[in-house]
Amino acid sequence: MATDIIIHDKKDNVGVVVIEKITPKQDCACWIMEDDSSTNIQSVDEIPLGHKIAMVDLKEGDTILKYGHDIGKVVKSIKKGEHVHVHNVKTKKW
Amino acid sequence: MEIPKSFLGYKRENGRAGTRNHVIILPVDDISNACAEAVANNIKGTIALPHSYGRLQFGADLELHFRTMIGTGCNPNVAAVIVIGIEPKWTKKIVDGIAKTGKPVEGFHIERTGDIGTTMKASKKAQEFVMWASEKQREECPLSDLWISVKCGESDTTSGLAANPTVGNLMDKLEPLGVHLCFGETSELTGAEQVCATRGATKEASEKFMNTWSSYNDFILKEATDDLSESQPTAGNIAGGLTTIEEKAFGNFQKIGNCKFIDVLEPAEEPTKGKGLYFMDTSSAAAECVTLQAAAGFNIHLFPTGQGNIVGNPIEPVVKLTANPLTVKGMGEHIDCDVSKILSREMNLSEAGDELIKTTLRVANGRLTCAEALGHREFVMTKLYRSA
Repeated sequence: MATDIIIHDKKDNVGVVVIEKITPKQDCACWIMEDDSSTNIQSVDEIPLGHKIAMVDLKEGDTILKYGHDIGKVVKSIKKGEHVHVHNVKTKKW
Repeated sequence: MEIPKSFLGYKRENGRAGTRNHVIILPVDDISNACAEAVANNIKGTIALPHSYGRLQFGADLELHFRTMIGTGCNPNVAAVIVIGIEPKWTKKIVDGIAKTGKPVEGFHIERTGDIGTTMKASKKAQEFVMWASEKQREECPLSDLWISVKCGESDTTSGLAANPTVGNLMDKLEPLGVHLCFGETSELTGAEQVCATRGATKEASEKFMNTWSSYNDFILKEATDDLSESQPTAGNIAGGLTTIEEKAFGNFQKIGNCKFIDVLEPAEEPTKGKGLYFMDTSSAAAECVTLQAAAGFNIHLFPTGQGNIVGNPIEPVVKLTANPLTVKGMGEHIDCDVSKILSREMNLSEAGDELIKTTLRVANGRLTCAEALGHREFVMTKLYRSA
């Protein structure tokens, strides 16, 4: 089956869109690279290639995990299936 | 895939091998660019390397200038060198540094002669050099004569997902065969610095890395006027889906595969601990980083990109790869190796690594890179601070 979203690590709470874009309410097939497993998610937002989708509900102050590592903090709550980017996540550095 | 054990390179006087056979006209300083370019225009098959600095520098910044100049001339992709400076002393220092390789090099200074007289004298020597170099033949060289540097640019999430891990796969396969490898981009490891430090082959290498990273980070924090959100990640990175420096750093770090680095190099410092992976303290700006790596003696460069960086270098061929299908579609003339099928899962990482090894060897054997064919010759000196 075609893959719409790739997730690096089982611990990650975001995935990356790998098709040109996903549209709202799309049922997406996700592949987890770390253990070659699969999962599904329904999108809320339109999300373009390379951008991230929340795999779970996230609240302000939560840590975003990608590659199994901390890549920043949530600054505005995010619902499962929503677009995760600079409007709701910020660096913990600098 | 069985990895070839050799490539066709140019054997140099000091035992190194080149993937290219350039005769370069190297200006010592900014005001000698015009003369160097005039010589390169007169004598076909030579290339001038104009740049912006070289006057009134001092201390560590001047040392880096000399190291970059001398290292560029010493690179095995260079057959012979004409050095042109405004005054004799610094010109001679660079000539003497390059001469240690045993390759033909001659210096000219402009004071008391002027541009026209200097251009005439230097052109005669450049003609002699280029005709001599044109008879050099490629010979079979062991794969271990490859010194491979890496740097990514205009990254997006496809870089961390696929293009950078493809470079990591190549490193994992070629490191046991005795090649030299080099990664850099100190500031773009921010967020992944602790994990990167654990990849030092020795305690000394790990500590040296952390000291280098901390010092660069202190400099950034001191000079920063905002949260750097306009610079790191760049607008291009953000358009491609990268949100924070930490995310960019973990993607960047995929380029070294499972290798461990044996030493930390100063900018443009030649590695001296033998085969294996080195970390070099560099800026994360593409042309600055590649210029420093070339000056350290690396003879072929791998450059994964997401949104489509187009950088090249005058002496070190820059091989571009991308996993972003939109970049392949929109600007395919810049992409030497397309690994976008990783995203659609029609290609696995090992297959992509093999494709990149094949492309790298074709380029090492003489195939022009996209950047070479398009005339990209970005030669950018790193400057540490203001001149006196």
